[in-house]
Amino acid sequence: MSVKLTTRQVGDVTVIDAAGRITLGEGASAFRDVIRDLAAKGDKKILLNLSEVNYIDSSGIGEMVSGFTTVTNHGGQLKLLGLSKRVKDLLQITKLYTVFEVFDDEAAAVRSFT
Amino acid sequence: MPENQSGEIQEVDTLLDSTLDSVDTAEMAVLKVAEEIGFEEDDLHAIGMAVRESMVNAVVHGNRYSSRKKVQLRVLKSSDHLTILIGDEGAGFDLSQLPDPLAEENLLRQSGRGLLLIQAFVDEFDLRRREPSGTEVKMVKYLAKAS
Repeated sequence: MSVKLTTRQVGDVTVIDAAGRITLGEGASAFRDVIRDLAAKGDKKILLNLSEVNYIDSSGIGEMVSGFTTVTNHGGQLKLLGLSKRVKDLLQITKLYTVFEVFDDEAAAVRSFT
Repeated sequence: MPENQSGEIQEVDTLLDSTLDSVDTAEMAVLKVAEEIGFEEDDLHAIGMAVRESMVNAVVHGNRYSSRKKVQLRVLKSSDHLTILIGDEGAGFDLSQLPDPLAEENLLRQSGRGLLLIQAFVDEFDLRRREPSGTEVKMVKYLAKAS
C-alpha cells in the first residue's frame, strides 16, 4: 500500500495524517504535493502525524526534509508526531532528530507552535 | 546445489529489469531466503530496507531506468548468514567523492542517504567495480549478530 494522506485543522494547526508507506514513487510524490500545496496557500503551522506510517525509505526521508525546507522558507514550521520505533531509528541514523521537533502527544505538539 | 568455500549455497541468480517493480521483486526474493535461514521480524525489516535501497541505487542512479541495462541479483545462504549481491551496469562512482550525509551542511539535502541506511542495516557492506562497467554491492547479515 502506498501512503494515504488526509489533512484536518486543530485550531490554527494543520495536521497531516499519513498512513502506509512513504517510499520512492507514488508515496513520496504524494507527500511532496500535499506539503507544497499547504505551504503555497499560506499554512504556517503543520504537524505531520506519522503514527500509521509503517515504512519510510531514503526517498521518503528526503521528501520529509524537503517539506521541512519548503515550509520553513515560507516562514512556517513543520513538526512530527507519533513516530514508530523504526522511524525514530531512521531519524537517529540520519541525524535528522537534530532537525525535526518530534512529539508523542498531539495536544502537546499543537501547543508547541508559536 | 554445491556449497562455496564459505559454506554458502546460491539460492538466487537472476537478471532484473531497470524498473521500480524490480525493487519489489528483489525484496520478496531476498526475504524468502532470509526467512528460510530463520531471521526474525526486525531483521527481516532491516534486510528488506537494505535491499530496497540498493535496488533503487542500481535502477535509478546506476542503470538510470535504461531498458537495455539489467540489475543482477544474487542471494547466497548459509546456516548463520545471508549474502546479497546487487550489480548494475551504470557508469560507477567513487564512494569517497560522495557528500557525507551526516555533515552539518548536508543534513537538509534531499538525497544521498541510501548508502548510509544500507550500511546501518547490514553487518558487512562492500562495493566493487564490475567489468566492463557498473557497480556491485555486497551485503552480509549474520543470524547470530542480529539477535
